Amino acid sequence: MFKNLMDWIEYRLPIMRVANMHAIQYPAPRNMNFWYVFGFLATIVLVNQIVTGVWLTMSFEPSAERAFASVEYIMRDVEYGWILRYMHSTGASAFFIVVYLHMFRGMIYGSYQKPRELLWLFGMFIYLALMAEAFMGYVLPWGQMSYWGAQVIVSLFSAIPVIGPDLVIWIQGDYVISGATLNRFFALHVIALPLVIVILVFLHIVALHEVGSNNPDGTDVKRKKGSLTEAEKTKFKIHEYYTDKYDIIDDIVPFFPHIVLKDLVAFSLFLIAFCYIMFFNPGMGGYFLEHPNFEIANPLKTPEHIFPVWYFTPFYAILKAVPHKLGGVICMFAAIVALALLPWIDRGRVKSWRYRCGLHRWNLIVFAGVFIFLGYLGGTPQEAWKIIASQILTIMYFGFFFLLWIYSKNERTKPVPARITG
Amino acid sequence: MKKLILVLAFLLPNAVFAAGGGAHLDTADYDLTDKASLQNGAKIFQNYCLGCHQMQYQRYQRAFEDLGIPVELGQENLQFTGEKPGEYIKNGMPADAAAKWFGAPPPDLTLVARVRGADWLYTYLRTFYVDESRPFGVNNLVFPEVGMPHVLQELQGVPRKTTEEHMVDGEMVERYVGIKSDGTGELSPEEYDSAVLDLVNYLVYTGEPSRLESESIGRWVIIFLLVFFVLIYLLKKDYWRDVH
Repeated sequence: MFKNLMDWIEYRLPIMRVANMHAIQYPAPRNMNFWYVFGFLATIVLVNQIVTGVWLTMSFEPSAERAFASVEYIMRDVEYGWILRYMHSTGASAFFIVVYLHMFRGMIYGSYQKPRELLWLFGMFIYLALMAEAFMGYVLPWGQMSYWGAQVIVSLFSAIPVIGPDLVIWIQGDYVISGATLNRFFALHVIALPLVIVILVFLHIVALHEVGSNNPDGTDVKRKKGSLTEAEKTKFKIHEYYTDKYDIIDDIVPFFPHIVLKDLVAFSLFLIAFCYIMFFNPGMGGYFLEHPNFEIANPLKTPEHIFPVWYFTPFYAILKAVPHKLGGVICMFAAIVALALLPWIDRGRVKSWRYRCGLHRWNLIVFAGVFIFLGYLGGTPQEAWKIIASQILTIMYFGFFFLLWIYSKNERTKPVPARITG
Repeated sequence: MKKLILVLAFLLPNAVFAAGGGAHLDTADYDLTDKASLQNGAKIFQNYCLGCHQMQYQRYQRAFEDLGIPVELGQENLQFTGEKPGEYIKNGMPADAAAKWFGAPPPDLTLVARVRGADWLYTYLRTFYVDESRPFGVNNLVFPEVGMPHVLQELQGVPRKTTEEHMVDGEMVERYVGIKSDGTGELSPEEYDSAVLDLVNYLVYTGEPSRLESESIGRWVIIFLLVFFVLIYLLKKDYWRDVH
C-alpha cells in the first residue's frame, strides 16, 4: 500500500531520484576532516534563522513607535518568546562563525581552484547577501546601535560621487533614518534577502555536486571512465549520475549515512556551544548583543562609541584606516572583491596547502591573524596607535593576495599523492 | 625580547582602561535566586525611583509572580495609584515637563541593567556626593554632571568627599579617601550598600526576567545534548569502522 503510493508519486515527481543523487548516494572523499562540517552547520543555522524568524515576525511590529517595545513584548509576554529571540540573535553570530570557518577551509585546501570557481563565486554572493541580511536585521529592534549603526553604514553610500546624496535618501526613504527606513529594511530582511539566500544556497549545492567535493589532499576521486579495475572502484552504492560519467576510486564514502553521521557529531558539539550561549550568556558580554542596543533609538543622542557587531569589524577597521571617505569605502569593498577573485589571483595548480610551498602556509596563517586583529581594531574605541596599526594591517590584508599572485606562478610544490592519504 | 615585553606591558593596561571607560567600578555581587533581596529591591524602586522613572515594559503582575509576591499583597503594598495588576509599571510624569525640570526626561529603567551593567548601577547609586555648584547640590563619581538629585539621601545621609591628611616626605598632604555619609540617614553604611544591592538585583531581574528560568532549562538542554553527542559519536564510529 505504502510502496504503491510512493511509486505513484515517484512516477510523477522524482523525490527518491533526487534524494539518492544529492543526499544519499553522493560520493564524498573519505578524508574530509573537521574543516568540512561548516557547510552543513551553515545550512542548519539558515534553517534555524528562517524558522525562528517566522515566529518572531508574528509578534514583531515594524514601526519606529512599536519596534523596540514589541521586542520586549516578545521577551516577556510571548510564551518562550525569549528562547525564539535568543535562538535568532545567537544564530546570527553563529552563522558568521561557521561561514568564516567554511571560507577559510576553502582557502587552505584550495577549494576555489578550477573547476570550483563558480562554486566559490556563489559562496561569495551568499556571504554578501548574508551581510546585508544581518545588517538589516540588526536595525529592526530599533535600539541605539540599530539606529546609529544604520546611520554610519547608509551614509557610506553618500561617498559615491554625483549620485551619492540622492542615493542615501532613496535608500532611507526619508531625509534621515526613520520609521520608513525601518519598514523597508523589515521587508528586505524577512522576504527579499532570505529568498535570495535560499536560491543562492541551492545553486551553491547544485554547483558543488556537479564538480564534486574537494578534500584535504586536493586529489581527485573521479577517474576517466574505464580506467579503473573493479577492485580499484568503490564498493559503496553510488548514484548512476556519477558512475555513468566517471569511475569512482575506492577513496569515497556515500553521503548517507557516513557523512551525515559525521556532520551530526559536529552538529551536536555545535549545539552544546550554541545552547550554552543561548541559555547562559546570550549577550556574550556585549559582542552578540551590544549593551547600548537595550536603549531605544534616540536620533538626538549619539552613543559614545559606534561599533558594528563583531562580524563586520574587520571591514570597519579597513574603512576607518583610510583617511579619505570614498577611498575607505572603495578599500572596504575591494577587500571583499579580492576574496571573490581568489580563483584567478591564485595561479597555482596544486590545491591543498599540504603540498604547496611553505610561504603559502605562512601567508594563509598570517592572513587569518590579520583578519582577527583587524576585527579587534574595528570593534574597540579609537586610539592613536590603532589608526597606524589598522593601516599596516590593511596593507597586509591586500598583501596576502598580491604575494599569492606572485609566488603561485612558479611555485615549488610537493608531489600530490595519486590516492587519498587518510 | 625584553623590550617587546615592556611595550606589551604598557599597552595592555591601556587597552583595559579604554574598555572600562572612566571611574573604577565596584563589583555588584547580586543573586537572582534571593527572593527577599528582589522583593526589597522592588519596594525601594516603587518608593524612591518610580516618582520619576518608569518601567514601561515590565508588568506588575509578572514581577509579583516572579518575586513570589501574592497579587493582593502586591497591590496593597507596591501599587500606589490603583492600577490593575496586568498594567505596566508607569508613573504620571509628563515627559515634556520632565525634560524641562531635569534637562532630559528621566530614562526608562526596565532595561537599565542591560545598558549600564550591574556594577555600574551599584557604584553609581553609592557615589553621589555634595557639590554645591550643581543644581540639585550633588554630583556623582561615575556619572559626572549628573542631572538627578540624590534620591536615596534619606537612607544614606548626606554623602561628602572625604580627605585625610598623610605625611609624605615630611609634608602633610591631603589625600582623597572616599565618600562618607554624615550619619543622618536611616541606614548604616553597610545597610545602605545592601539596600542598593537589592535594588540592583531587582533591576537586573527586570532587564531580563527570563534569566530566572533560562539557566535551569539550559542545564537540562546541555545534559540532553551531551547524551545525544555520545550516542551519535558511537553510531558514527560503528559505521566508519570498515572505512580504511
